[in-house]
Amino acid sequence: MTDTTMPQTTHDRLMLRLEVEEFLIEEAAILDEWRLDDWIALFTDDATYVVPSTDLAGGDPARDLTLIDDDRLRLEWRVKRLKSRHAHREYPWSRTRRLVTNVRVLRAEDDELDITASILVHRFRHGRQDHFVARYLMTLVRTEDGLRIRRRRAEIDQERLSPNGALSMIL
Amino acid sequence: MSSARPEVLVEDQKDDGTFRVHRSAFLSDEIHAAEMQRVFERSWLFIGHESELAEKGEYRRRKIAGRSIIFVRSDDGEIRAFHNTCPHRGAIVCRQDKGVAKAFQCFYHAWTFNSRGQLKGIPGKDGYDGGTFDAAERSLKPVARFESYRGFHFVSFQEDIQPLYDYLAGAREYLDLIVDQSPSGQLRVADGSHQYSIRANWKLLAENSIDGYHGMPTHQTYFEYVAEAGGLGGKGGKKLHGRGHSLGNGHACVEYWAPWGRPVARWVPIMGEEAKPAIEAAKAEIVERQGAEKADRICEWNRNMLIYPNLVINDIMSTTIRTFWPVSKDYMEIDAWAIAPVEEGEGEALQTRLHNFLEFLGPGGFATPDDVEALESCQIGFEAGGEQWNDVSRGMKREALVDDELQMRAFWRQWVAQIEGYEIDDWGDAPLPDELVTPDAERTWAIT
Repeated sequence: MTDTTMPQTTHDRLMLRLEVEEFLIEEAAILDEWRLDDWIALFTDDATYVVPSTDLAGGDPARDLTLIDDDRLRLEWRVKRLKSRHAHREYPWSRTRRLVTNVRVLRAEDDELDITASILVHRFRHGRQDHFVARYLMTLVRTEDGLRIRRRRAEIDQERLSPNGALSMIL
Repeated sequence: MSSARPEVLVEDQKDDGTFRVHRSAFLSDEIHAAEMQRVFERSWLFIGHESELAEKGEYRRRKIAGRSIIFVRSDDGEIRAFHNTCPHRGAIVCRQDKGVAKAFQCFYHAWTFNSRGQLKGIPGKDGYDGGTFDAAERSLKPVARFESYRGFHFVSFQEDIQPLYDYLAGAREYLDLIVDQSPSGQLRVADGSHQYSIRANWKLLAENSIDGYHGMPTHQTYFEYVAEAGGLGGKGGKKLHGRGHSLGNGHACVEYWAPWGRPVARWVPIMGEEAKPAIEAAKAEIVERQGAEKADRICEWNRNMLIYPNLVINDIMSTTIRTFWPVSKDYMEIDAWAIAPVEEGEGEALQTRLHNFLEFLGPGGFATPDDVEALESCQIGFEAGGEQWNDVSRGMKREALVDDELQMRAFWRQWVAQIEGYEIDDWGDAPLPDELVTPDAERTWAIT
């Protein structure tokens, strides 16, 4: 049976993946450069940003304790906070470098794409190095302005946030 | 860097109003080793809540003061705790953090234990015939002491420690104020926990968890968010106010009124009009059951409590359980859970509670990352040298307010007594002359 949720030819599938990769690479660059206003502009008004607990990667923020469960309001505050001089864990900002790879498009229907990718984020500050290994699960939506993020979920692979301590930057 | 141990670790002059802690308490490998022996081997230590083990055979593998312990509901319904080591040759018999099991089997030589810890299977058992071998003596070893108070389970590795009920002392009243939020007296820990770390001495988090003084300077961005998002509702612009308390045996708390909302049971606009009836009904039920005065205390007031040495229960804009374990003098591992009355179920009320939790607490919250930064900053500062002492005397000459440091002094008095090997029966400050007793004043800094 034909999968109607994906492009039919290899060429079209590759082009779709490249389009998504280009978007994710651009998003990573924006975050590494701490261009937080540009970053929040990538989200739809009904967007969510979720990071589940390390001991419950499949956690549902409606009933389980997660690390982050942001709607648009909390997301905007997260950005506003990180831009202030009083987010002490990130003032001054840490240096980060994000590697985004293993991109897969899982579903492409109408104007929505479900995608997944592997990420490795290095964070450097106060002579210390922290690493976050995770996978993204995102729903992207096509708009007049290009791809936008409707759902962004980062599932951390580490068993504990140790020795990282906090998740003070955007994962 | 390790620091030599000084003659005096804690300088406590009750009459003078002097209270200083020598910074070697945070920097010395010798003191860290002494703590593992004298504090963590000789206290009651929280292992888990009964609701985590809902069914028979359900277990959690917990690390308690560096020891791997199995916390399990046995097939007879009883909750037990065992050292996670095979009595044969030592391998761990429980190799997952959580699950449900009829039996624990050691993978090394396949000895099998039931959920009561009894040895039930030995491959090639005839090899032991003729000797002194007794299977009953080769069962999983229970922890020396295992007791609970209203669903909160504790272990101790000291056989002759006082009963948990006595040990908890004044902390029991504050646990009651949380458990009594449930009409049935039953709480439930939500699935998912915060497991993180801080590159700092564990005692810094003991202090920080009951420190009302740091709130505004450290967490300004959180309070700005809550105010702007509609998370505050006051009685005519009333400000945060309250007191610090020593609860005996090193336990301590702050209890205070604050303008933020509480799932049980103080509605504020951010919760939404649709959530209002349920929150008001919860309060009405508590008024009915506990009387108006106690209901006001339960619903309107907040509590941050430390149960010595390393259990924090914060009953604030959400309710959290937190443990923290020293790994070395400058590194700790933290676990935190959200807990709620079972009656909240999985609906809107739980969602509000979890959002309140995440906005402030945890590694991704708007406040906890800055506590992590503060504690790591203290540890780096201690290593900078120069100053040898921390001053913890704030409020020593007045009836302690929420932003004084009586709570920390209570902790340190028990700590230094355990480290130095003596017993005390008073963890508070010196009695005050009448003219120094302060009114229950609103604090000068408002959070609106």
